[in-house]
Amino acid sequence: MDKANLTLPKSPFRTRGGAKAPHRKNTLNSESVTMPCPKQVILPMVQHIGAPCKPVVKAGTLVAVGDVIAESEGFVSAPIHATVSGKVSKITQVKLSTGQMGDAVIIDSDGEMRISENCKPPVVKTAQDLLDAVKASGLVGLGGAGFPTHVKLNVPKDKKADTLVINCAECEPYITTDNREAIENTDNVINGIVTVMRLLELDRAIIGIEDNKPEAIKLLKKAVADSKEKEAERIGVLPLKARYPQGAEKVLIKACTGRVVPVGKLPLDTGCIVMNITSVAFVSSYIKTGVPLVSKRVTVDGSAISEPKNVIVPIGTPIKDVIEFCGGYSEPCGKLISGGPMMGISLASDEFPILKQNNAILAFNEKDAILQKTTDCIRCGRCVSSCPLSLMPAAIEKSVKLKDIDALNKQGVMVCMECGSCAFNCPAHRPLVQTMRQGKALVRSAPKK
Amino acid sequence: MEEKLIVSASPHIRAKTTTTNIMLDVIIGLLPAAIASVIIFGFRALMIIADTVLVAVLAEYVSRKVMKRENTVFDLSAVVTGLLLAMNLPVGINPIFAAFGSVVAIVVVKQMFGGIGNNFVNPALAARIILLSSFPSSMTTWAKPFYYKEGAVDAVTTATPLAMNANGQTTPLKDLFLGTTGGCLGETCAVALIVGGLYLIIRRVISPVIPLTYIATVAVMSLIFGQDILFQLLSGGLMLGAFFMATDYTTSPINTKGKVVYAIGCGVFTFLIRNFANLPEGVSFSILLMNILVPLIERATNPRPFGEKESKNA
Repeated sequence: MDKANLTLPKSPFRTRGGAKAPHRKNTLNSESVTMPCPKQVILPMVQHIGAPCKPVVKAGTLVAVGDVIAESEGFVSAPIHATVSGKVSKITQVKLSTGQMGDAVIIDSDGEMRISENCKPPVVKTAQDLLDAVKASGLVGLGGAGFPTHVKLNVPKDKKADTLVINCAECEPYITTDNREAIENTDNVINGIVTVMRLLELDRAIIGIEDNKPEAIKLLKKAVADSKEKEAERIGVLPLKARYPQGAEKVLIKACTGRVVPVGKLPLDTGCIVMNITSVAFVSSYIKTGVPLVSKRVTVDGSAISEPKNVIVPIGTPIKDVIEFCGGYSEPCGKLISGGPMMGISLASDEFPILKQNNAILAFNEKDAILQKTTDCIRCGRCVSSCPLSLMPAAIEKSVKLKDIDALNKQGVMVCMECGSCAFNCPAHRPLVQTMRQGKALVRSAPKK
Repeated sequence: MEEKLIVSASPHIRAKTTTTNIMLDVIIGLLPAAIASVIIFGFRALMIIADTVLVAVLAEYVSRKVMKRENTVFDLSAVVTGLLLAMNLPVGINPIFAAFGSVVAIVVVKQMFGGIGNNFVNPALAARIILLSSFPSSMTTWAKPFYYKEGAVDAVTTATPLAMNANGQTTPLKDLFLGTTGGCLGETCAVALIVGGLYLIIRRVISPVIPLTYIATVAVMSLIFGQDILFQLLSGGLMLGAFFMATDYTTSPINTKGKVVYAIGCGVFTFLIRNFANLPEGVSFSILLMNILVPLIERATNPRPFGEKESKNA
C-alpha cells in the first residue's frame, strides 16, 4: 500500500448504482428508551453466521444477566449469554425466523435484571487480549449480518490491515439505531475506535455516515476533535451521500477508501477492517464493564405501529412484547419485518425473539403489505444501472430460467449481495432478489469442475 | 392475526415507477409532435393517429385473447406502438393500409415473439418498412404543409427536404425546425420532437446516451463528408428516430457501453444510406439493422462484476 492512500479522504470516492429508497427516518430524534424486563426470553443457539452454540445450562439452572448459557468450539461462532436474571425453564426446539427449527434456551425472568458476578472488566493490553475479550463478549456484527466480530479482527500473519472503516451509513429506510448510538454513546464510539486502532496497529479510521444524520455527524466530528488520544488525529468522519446501499460492505469500502474488494475476497484483502458503529462502541463498553452483549437497540416503526420508538431490548425478548411496549399495533398488521425494508426478513409471526443482530422491527399495515403484480420484463435496464456491483439482473434472470450454470458463473451471480436495488427499481415488479438467490443455489448445487 | 402476515423475499418496498407509467410518459413525450402534425397536416393527421392507435390496441387485445394469455392492453405499450407508427406515416395514406401496419406491428412483430419485452426489432419501425415495400407510392406521397387550406391531400403534394436535397434544392432551416415541410406526420417538426425527447430524459424514462450519440455521429459524419450539419440533423426522421425509436428498451442494448456502440452504428448507417444509397432516408433501416445486432453488441459490451478485474490481478 502506498502511503498517499492512507490520508483521510475529504470527500467520498465514487460508487455506482443504488436505489433512491425513501429515508423515512421517523425516529431520527427519538431518544432510546429501555424496555422493562420481559417475563421470558427465548435465546436461539444460532444468532450469528457460523457454527451454532451448544447450551451449557440445564432446565432449572439459575442465571444472572451476563452468565454464559451457550458456547461453541468453532472459531466462527460467538457465545450466548443470559439476558435476564431468572431460571432456565427449558431447552427446546423453536421455529427460527428463517423457517427452520433450532434449539433455544428459554429463561423465565425474575424481574430483577441482576447482573452476574462473573461480569468483570477484561484486561486488554494486546491484540490477542482484544480478540479474546471480543469473543467472550459474544459480539457479532450489529449492523445486521451477524458475523462474529472477533473473526474480523483476527488479522492473519500474511495480511496487513491499515484502515478501520466504521459503518454508520445506516442506509436502510426507517432504521435509526446507529444514528442514536453515535449521538447517545459518542464517547464509547471514539474510545472503541481508538482501542481497536491501537491494539491492531491500524493507520487510520474512517467513519462513513450518510449525510441525512447531521446531528450525529456534528457530534462525532466534535468528539474526534476534542479527543486527547493521539489516535484521534487519524480518525476521519466522512459524510456520504444518502443513497441506498451506501452501507453495504463493499460499497462502503469503495466510498471510504477507493479500494475495490476483489471477487471472492474479504475486506481484509484490501487492508480494511469494517465494523458497525454500535459494535465498535460495544467493544469499549465491554472493556469498561465486562457486561457481555445482552441487550440491543432496535427501531420499531412502520405504518402499523402506534408509537414508533428506539427501544433498548434484552436480546431474546419476543417481538410481540416489544411491539406492545410501543403501543401495540395501530391497525391490522399485514407484514412484519425483522431488519430494514430493503434487506430485512419478513416474519411469519410476532412470537419470534429479538436476536443479537436485529436492528429494527417494522410492521406494515395491510395496504403497504400488498405485493404488486409482476409483469413481463421490458428490458428497461433499470436493474443494470442500479446494481452497485455492476451485475446484470435481467440477464441473470434469463440464465436462472434456463438453469444455465456456466452463464450464471460468467455473469457473476455469486457476487450479488442481495441489496435489492434492482428489484426496488424494477417497473415490472419482478422478484429479482429471489431470482438471484435461486441462481446462487443453482451454482452451489452444481458439481465442482 | 399471524396467519395473515405476508411473507415474501426482500425488498419490501418498491419504487413507484411501473411499466404503465413509463408508457404514459412516452405518450406524453410524443404529444408535442402529434399536436404539431395536426396543426401542419390538418384533421386527417388526427384521424390517422386514432386509426393506428385503436387498431393497435384492438390487435393487442385480440391476439392475447386468442393465445389465451393475460390481457396487456392496460400497460399502454400498444398505444405507444400505434402512436409511433402514425408518426412514421404520410398524412395521405389509406387508413386501411395504416390499420394493416398496426396489425403487423402488434401481431407479427410483437406478440408472435412473446409480447412486450421480447420483440427483436422495433414493431412500429418494422411495420413502417413493411408498408413501405408493400405500398411504395402511397407511403412516399407527401402532402404539402397546410394543404388542407388549399385542396385535397393527393392534389397538393411536395417532396421531402432530403429528396429535394438530392436534387440540389435547399429547404430553409426555419421550416425544418418548425416542421413546415413534406414528410411523415411526426418527423417534420424538430422542435416538438426535441421538447418531447427532453421530457423523456428529464423524467429519466430514457437515458440521453442513445439520442446524443446518434445525433452526434450524424453530425460528425456530415462534417467529414462536407455536408450541411444542421440540415442533416433537422431533416428526415433523425430526431424522431433518435429520441423515440432507437431508444426503445426492448430493442436497444441494456448497458451504457452497448448503447454508445449501437447509437454510433445507427448514426453511421443513417448517414451512409442518406448519401450513398438509392433511398433518400435511412433512419428506419439503420435502426432496424442495429436492433438486430443488439444481442451481439451486448455480448461484447457487458459490464464485468465489481471486483472481477481486481481478483484476476491479485
